[in-house]
Amino acid sequence: MTEPVALRAIGVSKRFGEVRANRDATLTVKRGEIHALVGENGAGKSTLMRILAGMYPPDGGRVEVNGKDVTGWSTREAIAAGVGMVHQHFMLVPTLTVAENLVLGQELTKGLQLDRAAAESAVRDLCERTGLKVDPSRLVSDLSVGEAQRVEILKVLYRGAKILILDEPTAVLSPPEITELWRVLRRLTSEGGTVVLITHKLDEVMEASSSITVMRAGATVGEVLTAETTPAGIAKMMVGRDVRLATVVLEDEKTGRREDEITGIPAPGLGAGSASPSLSPAALSVSRLVVSSSRKPNEVDDISFDVKSGEILGIAGVEGNGQTELIEAIAGLRKAASGSITIGGKDVGELSVRERAELGLSHIPEDRHRRGLVLDYSIGDNLILGLQHRFSSGAGVLQGEQVQSNAQGQIREFDIRPPSATLPARSLSGGNQQKIVIAREMRGREYSVLLASQPTRGVDVGAIEFIHEQLRAARASGKGVLLVSADLIEVLSLADRVAVMYEGKIVATLSRAEATPELVGEYMTGATRTGEHRAGGAR
Amino acid sequence: MSQLNESIPRPGADRTSRLPASVTRLISALLPPFTALLIAAVVGDILILSFGQSPADVFVLLIEGTWGNAYGLGQVIYKATTLTFTGLSVALALRAGLFNIGAEGQLAMGGFCAAVVGLLLPAGTPAVLAVPLCLAGAAIGGASVASVPGVLKARFGASEVIVTIMVNFITLALLNWLIATKLNVAESLHTPEIHAGAVPRLSSVVDAFAGSAANFVLVVALAAAAYAAWYLFRTRAGYDLRAVGLQPEAAEYGGVKVGRVWLRAMLLAGAMAGLGGTNYVLGYKQYYEEGFAAGAGFLGIAVALVGRNHPFGVVIAALLFATLSQGGLAVNAVVPKQMVDVLTAVVIIAVATSVPEVQRLLKSVRGGGK
Repeated sequence: MTEPVALRAIGVSKRFGEVRANRDATLTVKRGEIHALVGENGAGKSTLMRILAGMYPPDGGRVEVNGKDVTGWSTREAIAAGVGMVHQHFMLVPTLTVAENLVLGQELTKGLQLDRAAAESAVRDLCERTGLKVDPSRLVSDLSVGEAQRVEILKVLYRGAKILILDEPTAVLSPPEITELWRVLRRLTSEGGTVVLITHKLDEVMEASSSITVMRAGATVGEVLTAETTPAGIAKMMVGRDVRLATVVLEDEKTGRREDEITGIPAPGLGAGSASPSLSPAALSVSRLVVSSSRKPNEVDDISFDVKSGEILGIAGVEGNGQTELIEAIAGLRKAASGSITIGGKDVGELSVRERAELGLSHIPEDRHRRGLVLDYSIGDNLILGLQHRFSSGAGVLQGEQVQSNAQGQIREFDIRPPSATLPARSLSGGNQQKIVIAREMRGREYSVLLASQPTRGVDVGAIEFIHEQLRAARASGKGVLLVSADLIEVLSLADRVAVMYEGKIVATLSRAEATPELVGEYMTGATRTGEHRAGGAR
Repeated sequence: MSQLNESIPRPGADRTSRLPASVTRLISALLPPFTALLIAAVVGDILILSFGQSPADVFVLLIEGTWGNAYGLGQVIYKATTLTFTGLSVALALRAGLFNIGAEGQLAMGGFCAAVVGLLLPAGTPAVLAVPLCLAGAAIGGASVASVPGVLKARFGASEVIVTIMVNFITLALLNWLIATKLNVAESLHTPEIHAGAVPRLSSVVDAFAGSAANFVLVVALAAAAYAAWYLFRTRAGYDLRAVGLQPEAAEYGGVKVGRVWLRAMLLAGAMAGLGGTNYVLGYKQYYEEGFAAGAGFLGIAVALVGRNHPFGVVIAALLFATLSQGGLAVNAVVPKQMVDVLTAVVIIAVATSVPEVQRLLKSVRGGGK
């Protein structure tokens, strides 16, 4: 409590056009602590941090670092003062080595040449000191996402950062990698460093941080010590009301007893509704599917599984293990090299995206910014993407009034904000953008099979709750749902069965009862490749 | 967007946000071209001063020689007609994410085909039949040239930029050869006069336009702009086309066959540019002549960019560039007419750097993508 303040923001405000990203945002971070900055998407966390890191000046308010007023400083000054930010998206040059990336901009030179040996040894030194292990001579393009993230952190530390700001650092990491990250951050703080962690994952907040600042709608709404609060308490501050969190089933390490930590809702698959799934017909059936990419001939490597009507089959796995290719092959966006895909008993291998959709396939794509939405199209136009033919006359003229009334209805039912059909999708927050996709795919059409890929990525707590309810409702109404998520808790809280993908294969299929976070986590890293759960088929 | 709902209104803080969205959009669409014009005017001033002339006098001369009298206005309208077609051609392709550098060749082929149809028809064919046939010939001629890059792009992903440039050379060389050896009137580089399909000049109705080349192909140009706007914003095909241009992967996800849309967009773009050839062939000279509209295809790129790829913006931008072009002749006595070429170039550069489509293209050329 007596530690001096490393970072302070007082009454910071910032607006971008019509959007007020920050208003009266306040933050106090003490030296040597891991401070979590939480809030829904669009709450203004990243903006506040970028102001602190000198990326843009605030419209009002004051920023202090180590007690000195630095309001409106530049990134250069921020780096010189030891404030470094690790961004959500990697900013590395893939064709350069780790060491080259680190020294970029302040190269050690030998005459006109880069002194590679000196750079590598300097980097090796830093790795040693921080415990962030990565080979400095490897090319960044060869690194896993976890390693790339380490390089990002090293890059900031190499520039002498004492105050480290991490923007959603765990989005792409597997559970063991996350644990490793916490270990490194604790080591940094124990040596006098300070860490600000931007996140909206409450379990991470509880595990990693010592104090918490909660933001909502651009303003700071609460500052608490982690030890004195609960996930439900934080969630309530984030959204300003009580939230039914995803039924996070965690295993108590000491007793081995399971408990529904936050609410009393029984884990799905254990209660009613999953009485005898083996009797239901397969809504979606995938058999010996192989999918290639330009990088790899077997991105999806001989996979077979069924999704039955009225069940959610969850696919867990660290991203980049073939999930994207699997989903795209089923949706018709990518050609399968071999194997078959049937929907409702009909082979769809040769059918187009539209024909598969007409057969009852609905698809929430993993990347709404790339696939799920045309960002410059209005909300109304996005709500008919993939349904254009239903909203046009025989002569191919769009029926403007139908598009409008469809948009009005969906906006009202799904509480899409702001409720204006003519606004471009780009101007909405992540959660509201995802609501457009959900509304279109789950209400805008008849379907029997739903592909839900990372359905809550980058979405705030309130919207996560809503989307999970929609997925459960889809199961209850007899739809077959294939859920792919990098978020293990999400898979475990929704799925009736869990299949784990690793390097293009399904390495295990577990019933909900068997699937503990530890076991699934192990399979996700490819650690356990033997045992009774190893399976090629998941029928 | 809960910020918006919860924000406390502050006096005077929200002036811009109170304007309706359509107005904000219009302002943001018009700002770059007007800034560009302003920059061009400043550069023009400096140039004129460097020739020892008064900028005010020269600009007055420029306006008088264009919009100041019926003949000048007629010439502006004539030039703007061709530029509207080529501008629409580039704009339609760009809406689908394709950079059509081939409007030049498509325009020439369109004019040539219109002339051939006009020559094949027997003399005395009624205009109601002959003109549409010639227009159709021009559209098909332009589209056939554009089909080459269209097919190569759709099937093999070949860069339409490179293919359209190459096809320009091939098309122009082919036409020059045909004109020089087969179809020309002796001692000239143009075809005989067409037997049917001539479009009357505006001066046949309004005497004041006498002497200017402005003709009723203008009506076709305006109809083409209206059609393009309707097609882009009111039809399913237009919805698909714009989606492909903005986000091909999202379009693909939405069941759109991207290659097919690329081909369709190129054919439409080629047809538009091809129709541009009729302005000269049917409306002005009644024959095809080598190099009849040199540069109009390339200037169409500038027209599309300044017009922000909107068909109505294209019409306005076409008038602007036509004015500059005609104005160059008007001020030639005082300052070299190349000064106006410099101004045109300044407008193009200033607009090009501010238009999102171009920034996106530059990014994709640099291999950045995302």
